Amino acid sequence: MYETQYHRATSVEGAARQMGEAEDGKYLAGGMTLIPTMKQRLASPSDLVDLRRIEALKGVKITGRTVRIGAVTSHYDVSTNVELAKICPAITSLAGHIGDPQVRNMGTIGGSIANNDPAADYPSALLALDATIVTNRRSIAAADYFIGLFETALEPDEIITAVEFTAPDRAAYKKFPNPASLYAMAGVFVAKSGDTVRVAVTGAGENGVFRLEDAETALAADFHASALDNLTVDPNGLLSDLHASAEYRANLVKVMAKRAVAEIASRPM
Amino acid sequence: MGVEGIGARVLRKEDKRFITGKGKYTDDMVVPGMKHATFVRSPHAHARITGIDVDAAKAMSGVVAVLTGSELKADGIGNLICGWMIHSKDGTPMKMGAWSPLATDKVRYVGDAVAIVIADTKGEARDAAEAVEVSYEELPVVVNALDAMQQGAPEIHAEAPDNLIFDWDLGDEAATNAAFAKAAHVTSMDIVNNRLVPNAMEPRATLGVYDSGEDHYTCWTTSQNPHVARLVMSAFYNVAPENKLRVIAPDVGGGFGSKIYIYPEEITCLWASRKTGVPVKWVADRTESFLTDAHGRDHVTHAEIAFDSDHRILGLKVATIANLGAYMSLFSSCVPTYLYATLLSGQYAIPAIHANVKTVYTNTAPVDAYRGAGRPEATYVLERIMETAARELKISPAELRRKNFVKSFPHQTPVIMCYDAGDFDATLDAAMNAADYAGFENRRQEAAKRGKLRGIGMSCYIEACGLAPSSAVGSLGAGVGLWESAEVRVNAVGTIEILTGSHSHGQGHETTFAQLAAERFGVPIDSVSIVHGDTDKVQMGMGTYGSRSGAVGMSAIAKALDKVEAKAKKIAAHLLEADEADIEIKNGDVRVAGTDKSVPWFQVALAAYTAHNLPSGMEPGLKEGAFYDPSNFTFPGGCHICEVEIDPETGTTEIVQFVAADDFGNIINPMIVEGQVHGGLAQGIGQALLEATHYDASGQLLTASYMDYTMPRAVDLPSFTVTNTVTACPSNPLGVKGCGEAGAIGSPPAVINAVTDAISNNNLAMPATPQNVWAALQAAK
Repeated sequence: MYETQYHRATSVEGAARQMGEAEDGKYLAGGMTLIPTMKQRLASPSDLVDLRRIEALKGVKITGRTVRIGAVTSHYDVSTNVELAKICPAITSLAGHIGDPQVRNMGTIGGSIANNDPAADYPSALLALDATIVTNRRSIAAADYFIGLFETALEPDEIITAVEFTAPDRAAYKKFPNPASLYAMAGVFVAKSGDTVRVAVTGAGENGVFRLEDAETALAADFHASALDNLTVDPNGLLSDLHASAEYRANLVKVMAKRAVAEIASRPM
Repeated sequence: MGVEGIGARVLRKEDKRFITGKGKYTDDMVVPGMKHATFVRSPHAHARITGIDVDAAKAMSGVVAVLTGSELKADGIGNLICGWMIHSKDGTPMKMGAWSPLATDKVRYVGDAVAIVIADTKGEARDAAEAVEVSYEELPVVVNALDAMQQGAPEIHAEAPDNLIFDWDLGDEAATNAAFAKAAHVTSMDIVNNRLVPNAMEPRATLGVYDSGEDHYTCWTTSQNPHVARLVMSAFYNVAPENKLRVIAPDVGGGFGSKIYIYPEEITCLWASRKTGVPVKWVADRTESFLTDAHGRDHVTHAEIAFDSDHRILGLKVATIANLGAYMSLFSSCVPTYLYATLLSGQYAIPAIHANVKTVYTNTAPVDAYRGAGRPEATYVLERIMETAARELKISPAELRRKNFVKSFPHQTPVIMCYDAGDFDATLDAAMNAADYAGFENRRQEAAKRGKLRGIGMSCYIEACGLAPSSAVGSLGAGVGLWESAEVRVNAVGTIEILTGSHSHGQGHETTFAQLAAERFGVPIDSVSIVHGDTDKVQMGMGTYGSRSGAVGMSAIAKALDKVEAKAKKIAAHLLEADEADIEIKNGDVRVAGTDKSVPWFQVALAAYTAHNLPSGMEPGLKEGAFYDPSNFTFPGGCHICEVEIDPETGTTEIVQFVAADDFGNIINPMIVEGQVHGGLAQGIGQALLEATHYDASGQLLTASYMDYTMPRAVDLPSFTVTNTVTACPSNPLGVKGCGEAGAIGSPPAVINAVTDAISNNNLAMPATPQNVWAALQAAK
């Protein structure tokens, strides 16, 4: 790791100020991607501004079916939130299967979506849940937020403060992990609210998370796994690497989508 | 057996320090004035070095020195060598290319060391290493063994035209061809044994200390065989004479073969310590381990097996191309030859075998012995082709094997080995019973109802361990003898120190070896200490690999114990005024058999050291040494049965049952043996299902971290069913055979036979990752 200055922010305003004063600063949340990258000398920010101790950014708040998750809430805290599990078990289960226990205790939802790793779990949930990403400057719809590989609508220095969404009627997330890294090789989040079905896919797209509209149409007409039997997922535009060809990923996307729907069906209403 | 003697399930003495973080590893060693080293490594797989500019690096903060290969050469430090001479079938010696510890003219793989930077801190050394400017002229790259043999392939070493190191034959080609001419059925297969990265938990490390006052060198190193390191560094690399060089391998966190060899780093750090006058420590990071630890396996084989109309094997033909990487590592030549082709008879009576092995250079990390070393490759070839033949002949794989088992011993194979003992029916029966082999069809049908493809596969392996009779390996080209030494020191109060040339890096020697003394003298194992890993303490030894520490290392201890026991009995007979022949040692007492006359063990020891009342003419003291040179290899063998369920939608394989029935001869500590089997199975299953090493066409290692290289995790493995049968080994005094590698040798073909059975497609290469299995399922549609 190259030398860097570490700042522990106690407020969003303070963090923004510290970043403004830094030559080439980076916000630090859980650090689950940034710190290993720095240790490998692939990143060398002059300053790290740690957001993780800002109390205002912590915790899950539920009002009726409206959910607000503070940006530095750890995956562990999301996964173990009993109230959240009652209205949206899909997201607590998703959080409970990110990485390993160490990652879940350090990693945060804000850090995950700010990094927007194409194989991260949360982006598929936020897209399928039609969530809003709240920053210190504005609110951004998930559909407008995730731009591409490691690319988001965030402006330089902008700080995510929370994620908000309305709990869906029913939802589930199924992922097939990369056997080595355990990141999603194909992760599919299916959410149904009223007659609207949204299906979002992570881990598979060349441009990061995307919606699987053919599946949404089929499931809106008939919300059963069998409705996807004739779904064809186009390998064009899917990632291809050592662990999964685009064709194999296309197959996994379909299988995970069907399993997510089947899981929803298997749950008590 | 006493409560802590032979056969007792004693908990491991060494585990207290390991699991409480009190182990002392090379990186824990701190000496005054110590500085930290980083190696400048080639980012290219093949390039000519046109210049090295170290000026900017030397000027950086904290930098003590930046040294290059030309300085190392000028000081007379020698090239690395391969210590086992193989001659090609035309009689020419193997073509060993020069391997300088620091490259001077050419780099030949990504990670090849070019310079060493020494600084006050590791961080400063890294910063300065980035400032060393090496000018490269890139050359064409070849990473695949078959490509390396093509006409016009890039030449990696001028010494080895066409990249061919040797073209070696074993067995009788004419007799084998004649056997095939009579065949009623021939099964042919192309078989790839995937390259593996060893991944010891502790990365390699070294601390070189030169003492100018004494003109003496100390080398702390992560080694499986510190004495061999001293011998080689002294005799071949001119680092220091043996009497001026102390090599210490303290606690070592796993080796699996990769820490047998002497690498450029320990040579360079020792030399650099003399050159700079400061102690120099280097610890690999995980990326360096991936790039530069000697890899394992990487064979491409074509095999054919011939049967008569009664399904008896008539002959076996094997042609293998082995990728040895960019340089010949210390024992790289013997792995695909005398540790491989000599095992191709397996558990079977095969009248004629012919093997041809070609080894080639490529622009990849050097390849050498990795847990099993040649024997997993042989077992994989033979057990895949036996299973395939059974499928083609439409007979039970178990019965095809049983029909061809060697039934009487000793059995001379056509490929050098003479099996001394075994009972292959017994291990096959034990495994089939434990696996409920007969009930498999019902389980398959039940799984099918759940949408799962269930398959079963077996592997009947044999390995040659207890390396090795020195004169035999000498005649085959080995540069060293493979005996072992031991010294048993009984202290004046009866406690015991056992010095051994074996080295423990996870095997539990401190417990198992102590059990030998507990058995012999009835003393608690807590009063027995095992001393190893330091050339200043132990006179000489050959180290630990090839499952040799039991059969060879413990045999040497047994021999030394014989001598101590004989002297102790003489002393006791004198003290008790009895006949020496009537003295027996039981439960800590030395007694006259059949009487109540006895003397405690500690008093015999004390008498030896006070020397007030010893038999006339007897020397004081109670300390004996022994060298043990085995009379034969040992031949552990067994049967592994794997049962899998495959999710046809994703290609995921779950091992639902794994049975290992092994014959390791007599067993000293069953718990430790089971642990060795579990670890070996984890690595074998890792090879079969998970571990793939990929270089791209430019020679970059794509699987250079755990983000892409899949190590087995607990969740990937079932709860193993491990059982034993025993035929005592007649070739050593303890009747032991060795158990360290069996799991990694026997399991891969059992797993792949099970997977290919489940998916009804035999065309599947290791590792059977979900993607590969899914693709094989699509191909079979």
